[in-house]
Amino acid sequence: MTTAAPATTDAERRGRMVENIVHFARTLRRAGLPAGPATVVDAVRAVEVNGIESRDDLYWTLHALFVQKREHRVLFDEAFRIYWQSRGLIEKMLAILSPVAPPRGAPEKAKAGQTRVSQAFQAARERRETLAEQPEVEVDARFTVSGRELLQAKDFAQMTAAEIAEAKAALRAMRIPKDLILHRRRVAAPRGQIDPRRTLRASLRAGGAIIDLKHRARQEKLPPIVALCDISGSMSQYSRILLHFLHGMTETRRDVHTFLFGTRLTNVTRSLRMKDPDEALEACSAGVADWSGGTRIATALHLFNRHWSRRVLSGGPTVLLITDGLERETDEDLAREMDRLHRSCRRLIWLNPLLRFDGFEPKARGIRAMLPHVDEFRAVHSLEAVTDLVKALSGTGNTDAKVDPRAWLGGR
Amino acid sequence: MTDDVPAELPASIDATLALLDAGGYVADRALATVLHLSLRMGRPLFLEGEAGVGKTEIAKVLATTLGRDLIRLQCYEGLDISAAVYEWNYAAQMVEIRVAEASGDTDHATLSRSIFDERFLIKRPVLKALEPSLKGPPVFLIDELDRADEAFEAFLLEVLSDNQVTIPELGTIRAAEPPIVILTTNRTREIHDALKRRCLYHWVDYPDAERELAIVRRKVPGAADRLTAEIVAFVQRLRASEDLFKQPGVAETLDWATALTELNELALDPDMASDTLGVLLKYQDDIERVRGSRLRQIVEDIRKEGARDLGQRPAGGA
Repeated sequence: MTTAAPATTDAERRGRMVENIVHFARTLRRAGLPAGPATVVDAVRAVEVNGIESRDDLYWTLHALFVQKREHRVLFDEAFRIYWQSRGLIEKMLAILSPVAPPRGAPEKAKAGQTRVSQAFQAARERRETLAEQPEVEVDARFTVSGRELLQAKDFAQMTAAEIAEAKAALRAMRIPKDLILHRRRVAAPRGQIDPRRTLRASLRAGGAIIDLKHRARQEKLPPIVALCDISGSMSQYSRILLHFLHGMTETRRDVHTFLFGTRLTNVTRSLRMKDPDEALEACSAGVADWSGGTRIATALHLFNRHWSRRVLSGGPTVLLITDGLERETDEDLAREMDRLHRSCRRLIWLNPLLRFDGFEPKARGIRAMLPHVDEFRAVHSLEAVTDLVKALSGTGNTDAKVDPRAWLGGR
Repeated sequence: MTDDVPAELPASIDATLALLDAGGYVADRALATVLHLSLRMGRPLFLEGEAGVGKTEIAKVLATTLGRDLIRLQCYEGLDISAAVYEWNYAAQMVEIRVAEASGDTDHATLSRSIFDERFLIKRPVLKALEPSLKGPPVFLIDELDRADEAFEAFLLEVLSDNQVTIPELGTIRAAEPPIVILTTNRTREIHDALKRRCLYHWVDYPDAERELAIVRRKVPGAADRLTAEIVAFVQRLRASEDLFKQPGVAETLDWATALTELNELALDPDMASDTLGVLLKYQDDIERVRGSRLRQIVEDIRKEGARDLGQRPAGGA
C-alpha cells in the first residue's frame, strides 16, 4: 500500500475522484446529512478548483460544501475520518474503492454519531428489526432489578441506525396535535375584538377618512408536555427509543420537559434541546448516574412533586409517565404521590410497555397503587402503540375503553 | 427623610443593612451585599424564592427608605406592550382627525405627526420607570415575572440592558438615569438565561430562627414574647423536619402570630394551633399530616428545648 499507485491517466484519476466524492456524499446522506446532487456537483468542482495538497485541504473543502449546520459537524467529521482516513489522499483514494474501510488503530470509545455513520456504510445489509421482535422482558422483571444502585453511565450513543429510522418514522407520523388551548395574549385576527391600534393606523393610511375596523383574538397555543421516563434496568430498552420520540417532540413544540428517573430524578430537558439526536442522547446519559439501575417510583415522584411540579406544571400540561410500575417497595406513599401528580396536571397518561402482553393483569402492588390515579393507561412497546399515543395527544380517536384505567382495575 | 429630597444610595454593605432595617426589613448580610452591588453597579436585581419570603417587600422598603417612587408591574399571562409600556389614546386621536378634517387640513404627513404626538400617549409602568423624576430614578418592581409569557420576557431584554424602549411612531425613549430595577419570580417557570445574564441574581431563602424571631417581633409587636418564640420554633421545625408540599413562608408565620394574638393566646396551645393551622399551611395534605398528635409532639419538643432559652426571658414564665 505504501508504494506509489500504478500510473493512471488523468481522466481515469478524475473519474475515480468523482466516484469517491459521490460515494462519500451518499454515505453522508445515509447518515442524515442533506447532501443533494447539486452539492455533490459543487463539491467535485470545488475539489478541482482548490486542488488537494493535504488532508486538511480536502477536509475543509468538503466541509464547506456538505456541512450546513453546527450539529452536522460531528457526523461529517466521523464520516470523513472513516472514509478518507489515510494519507496521500488522491493515490490511496484510488485504492480504497470499497466504501467499507475499517477504522485504524485500537477501537476507541465510540463517539456520538459514530454508530450512525458506520452503519450508513453498510446500508446494503437489510436490517428489519422491529421493536416487537426484541427480546422481551419478563413480567417478573421486578425480581431482576438488582438491589444495588448501578452507578454506571451506560453509553447511549450506540443506538443502531435502524432503531433511529423507526423512531423517526414515528415522529413523521405525528401531526400537529389539535389540543390547542387559548392563550391570554391577543393577536391580529379576521374577527374578534376590535383592535384600536391597528384600526387607527389603517385609517390614517387613507388620511383618516375611512375607518376600516381591524380585529384581534386570543392566540392559540400548544399546552406543555411533561414526560417522566423510567430508566431502570427493566425499562432501559424502551426508554432509549422513547427518548428519541421525546427529542423529536422537544424540537417541534415549545414547552416539552423531560425527566429521567431510576433511583434518582434528573431533568434532561436542556440536553434534549440539542439538535442532533445522538449528541442530545449522549448529553442525557452523561447527566444520568443511575442508568439501568433499580427504580424507586415513589421517591422519584415525590422529588418531582416537591421540586419541579410548580416549575413545569403551570399552564395545564399533559404528563406522560413512562414506567412499568414494577416498584420494589410499595406503600401508601406511592398512591399519595400519584394522586398529587394527577391533581396538578390536565391529563396524566401512563405508558407501560408491559401492556404488550396479551394476558397482562395489573397484579403487582405498585401498578395497582398507581392505576386509580391516571387518566389513561397505554402501551408503548411498538411503533403502532406510539402512533396511537400521538393520535391520543392530538385529541382524535381517544374514546377507546381499553385505555381507561378503571377497566383494568374493575376486572379484579 | 423628607419627601422631596431623595436619600443617598448606601455607601457600604453595612449602610445597606441599616437602610433596610430603617424600613423595617430584617435582612441577612447576603441579601444586603447583592442589593448594595446592584445599587452601585446600576444592574437589575433578580430575586428568586418561594412565595412569602419577602421578595416584593424589598422593593417596597427600598422605595420608602430611599424616598423614590415605586413603580410596580404585576406580570400575568398575556401581558403585552399596550398594558406594560404604552398605549395611544384612540378616542382623543379620533377627535383630532375629525378636527383636522373640519378645518380642511388633510395633509397626510402632518396629520400622522400630530396624531402620534406625546399628548396622546398613555404611559404604562415600563415607560413611567424610564422617565426622569425629581425624586431621582424610581424603584421599578417587575413582580412575578414567571407568570408573564416568554414573548414579554424577550421584550424586557431591551429595557433591562439599555434602559430604553422603542415606540415606532415616536422613536426610542431612553432613560437619562436608569431606574432601580427589582425582578421577582416564584419559579413557576424557568426564566430564560439571556434575561438572567443581565441581572444580579439572589435566591431569597427562608430566614433562620434568629432572624425570623426578629421579623415577627418587628411586624407583630403585640404578640406575647413566649408565643412569638414558640411560633417561630414551631415553623422552623416544620420547615426542617416535616415533609410538606408547601412550606410556610414568613408571611404565613406573621399571619399566624397575628391570628393567635387576636385570639388572646399567650403561648402555643396545641388545640388552638390545630384549629388555626389553615393560617399557616395551605394544603389539605399538609394540614392532615401535621394536625393532632404530630403537632402535640412538636409543641412538646420545642417546649423542652426552649425551656432553657426561654427561662432567661422574664416574660417567658414557664
